[in-house]
Amino acid sequence: MKRTVFRNRWLPWALVAPQLAVTIVFFFWPAFDSVRLSLYRASPFGDRMIFVGTGNFERLLADPAYFRSIGTSFLFSALVTVVGLAVALLLASLANAKIRGLAIYRTLLLWPYGIAPAIAGVIWLFIFHPSFGVLPYVLSFVTAYQFNWFLKGWVALILIVVAAIWKQFGYNLAFYLAGLQAIPGSVLEAASVDGAGPIRRFFAITFPLLSPVTFFLFTLNMTFSFFETFGLVHAVTQGGPGDATSILVFRAWKDGFEGLQLGYSAAQSVILMLLVIALTAVQFRFAEKKVTY
Amino acid sequence: MASTSPVASAGAVATAELASRLPAARRRDLSGVIAHAILVASVFVLAFPLYYAFVISTQTLDEVTSLPPKLVPSTNLAQNYADAWARVKMGRLLLNSAIVALAVAVGKIAISLLSAFAIVYFNFRGKQFVFWTIFITLMMPVPVRIVSTYQVISVLGWIDTYWGLTVPLMASATGTFLFRQFFQTIPDSLAEAAQLDGAGPLRFLWSFLLPLSKANIAALFVILFVYGWNDYLWPLIVTNRPEMRTAVIGIDSLIPRTSQLPEWNVAMAAAMMVLLPPVVVIVVMQRWFVKGLIETEK
Repeated sequence: MKRTVFRNRWLPWALVAPQLAVTIVFFFWPAFDSVRLSLYRASPFGDRMIFVGTGNFERLLADPAYFRSIGTSFLFSALVTVVGLAVALLLASLANAKIRGLAIYRTLLLWPYGIAPAIAGVIWLFIFHPSFGVLPYVLSFVTAYQFNWFLKGWVALILIVVAAIWKQFGYNLAFYLAGLQAIPGSVLEAASVDGAGPIRRFFAITFPLLSPVTFFLFTLNMTFSFFETFGLVHAVTQGGPGDATSILVFRAWKDGFEGLQLGYSAAQSVILMLLVIALTAVQFRFAEKKVTY
Repeated sequence: MASTSPVASAGAVATAELASRLPAARRRDLSGVIAHAILVASVFVLAFPLYYAFVISTQTLDEVTSLPPKLVPSTNLAQNYADAWARVKMGRLLLNSAIVALAVAVGKIAISLLSAFAIVYFNFRGKQFVFWTIFITLMMPVPVRIVSTYQVISVLGWIDTYWGLTVPLMASATGTFLFRQFFQTIPDSLAEAAQLDGAGPLRFLWSFLLPLSKANIAALFVILFVYGWNDYLWPLIVTNRPEMRTAVIGIDSLIPRTSQLPEWNVAMAAAMMVLLPPVVVIVVMQRWFVKGLIETEK
């Protein structure tokens, strides 16, 4: 808390007014409205809203497709985050040496972050294209299996996972490299003298010391894969084939804006909000307990 | 970045001492070679999809659809980019994206600076209430309340307007949080000196705080510009007229679907044009980008 403050009765309110207005109009109003809307259903002709109480939630929780979406979302986010971070950490550990030109490498690694998920998806869509793409062509020499993501749900999922990881991978690697460079070499040398092998050294020293970086990257990648990949799904797979890539945000959008089931979509928003609150709570607990700074 | 920290230089000194012993030095040479090899390989693997997209954007339709895929640039570049530009009114789309990205970045920086200044440098009734009202939004990204936010926008009559495209994206506290953290690290003596000089609060904000905040403003700018340019869900919802769409969603109609002519060369030309501005911003403002990534996620 600052000890020196300015004295004025109305100025601070004038200063916070724009932020407060935007927050109330575009955050609190919609958030409360989501809760209200989730208790209603549009009439068959769409001309009025009928109060249904917890009807939308009961319908959601009885819908196997919704549970599939929850599964798809968590699988997708887990793959993007865990695979993306594990490979980045592995490569960064192998590349952890005092070398020249790290700044240049950093530039050459960071740029894909600027590419929109939807655009990244379009590029990978073509690389995976069953007729013209380079990847199915190369794989056709290895196996007769048809990697056609138009038909096979798991290939479609891999496609959006790869596109998402591609966008995130460079900065995961850059941050791990920076984190590793900050670990004193003397610590590892001392462990080495004590007879600890490279794998033991990694798990006993390097990995714990990197936990702040891992925590930071984990949060960043989870948020990204949960909430910023809508464009990727919309532009590339449209949630398909079937509903193999219908992540939660995509389903909420589809039911609300294509299906025009506003109450049903709002109920999904409410569940998403509860999920975010729960995840944030877990994140804070985890930050307190596990991470050594 | 962390590589310049005192810890790192201490580590460098320690390893330099060890390197004076010959076998260790040889091992370090080898690890240096491996490090370069891995990093070069990573850079190339990351660059390949972009290179491939560029190559496709230079080919004719026949070349795009031929097997084996051709991985070298061809001669049809100008034609493809001209086609892509004309078919979706690319000029207008890019202009919209630029307006949205700049408005989101500048607008959010401005309102965040003002509110952070009020919260740190004033004591006023209801301050706690204001603080929590603003900071609770940190937990809630836009996608979790799409239908209701859309309804708010239609009540305001903001569908198909730049207001509707930009203002709702400013409703988050990341910027306020960042500036609040930064202002708290500024010594009290600065404000005292300013007050002794007879500077009022607004003069202090403009002449003292703003110049000190340059690096933070730049960091936030990069993150917000890229976010505004690349956002997909929101412009998809609040625009219906093609001329109000942003570039990222505007090129959706160029992506060849199953029953259409596979003009991937034109689609990739469009993709290249749309992805370039945010990538350039990141490369040019790289230092602030890294700072921004770290600060806004805290």
